[in-house]
Amino acid sequence: MIVDVRPKPALLAPPGKAVAGALKRLGFAQFQAVRQGKRFELEAAGPPTPEIEAAAREAAATVLSNPIIEDVVSVRFDQADDAAGRDPA
Amino acid sequence: MTLRIGVVTFPGTLDDRDALRAARLAGAEGVALWHAEASLRQVDAVILPGGFSYGDYLRVGAIARFAPVVESIIDAAGQGMPVLGICNGFQVLTESRLLPGSMVKNNHLTFICREQRLRVENNSTAWTNQFDSGQEIVIPLKNQDGQFVADQATLDRLEAEGRVVFRYRGWNPNGSRNDIAGITNQSGNVVGLMPHPEHAVEAGFGPDTAAGHRAGQDGLGFFASVIAHLAPARP
Repeated sequence: MIVDVRPKPALLAPPGKAVAGALKRLGFAQFQAVRQGKRFELEAAGPPTPEIEAAAREAAATVLSNPIIEDVVSVRFDQADDAAGRDPA
Repeated sequence: MTLRIGVVTFPGTLDDRDALRAARLAGAEGVALWHAEASLRQVDAVILPGGFSYGDYLRVGAIARFAPVVESIIDAAGQGMPVLGICNGFQVLTESRLLPGSMVKNNHLTFICREQRLRVENNSTAWTNQFDSGQEIVIPLKNQDGQFVADQATLDRLEAEGRVVFRYRGWNPNGSRNDIAGITNQSGNVVGLMPHPEHAVEAGFGPDTAAGHRAGQDGLGFFASVIAHLAPARP
């Protein structure tokens, strides 16, 4: 499972501000703001199941993110999981 | 019987020994608590000390929040046990929701270490009752993730309920909202702050003051306060 977490937009998180400043200095004038988040890759034994997905969503909400400062952007199966035999139905 | 103040050690804790020493210098017995054991060893109060628990991985304080000893501390805090979170310990208290808000990286993005002036805004908590209201103290500050953040409604509630315990004076060293250096819960038994009282308890090792080089002992008031707070309840 892939879990993406990012700092809340209202927070103006310092790491994103620093990266935005560096991009500007290096000539990437197209980008005004950067938010630097986190990507978790959760590996489970066996095929992807709804139970696995539910567990990943619970982990994302209770441990992998802090709702005071972060949003969970997405919780999804890795494409490699699909290729490994997830039922397309 | 001597008051027992527990100090928790997590993997990556730095200031547990200083906190135990501070408890002893104030006249209490320092009791070492271990992150992996749920037992609080019959302590009367608990300190979550500074450091980088679990390497600060995931988020500061986030993994420590799920340690067995912290589950016991959450229960005990609900029963009124005094709990003081210093620096990383403050971060554990916000992650465990014993205190509102959260901490993010300092707004200037650099680690900071300095002697910091604070104003005591609330002297009715278990950990500040030996200070005067409005008193200014100087204790060391050293952190990377010290910027206190909360949404506006939470900040308004903290201000309205007098739950801002310490405010930075002179300079806001990390961009904290409303210059907040420390807060308390509704009951006043749980206090968290970023600066380090345990490093200002002994002449020769504290901040510089008008009284002399390294003479500052303003941190002793925290430990004297919890002893005073608990004294009436003890036989």
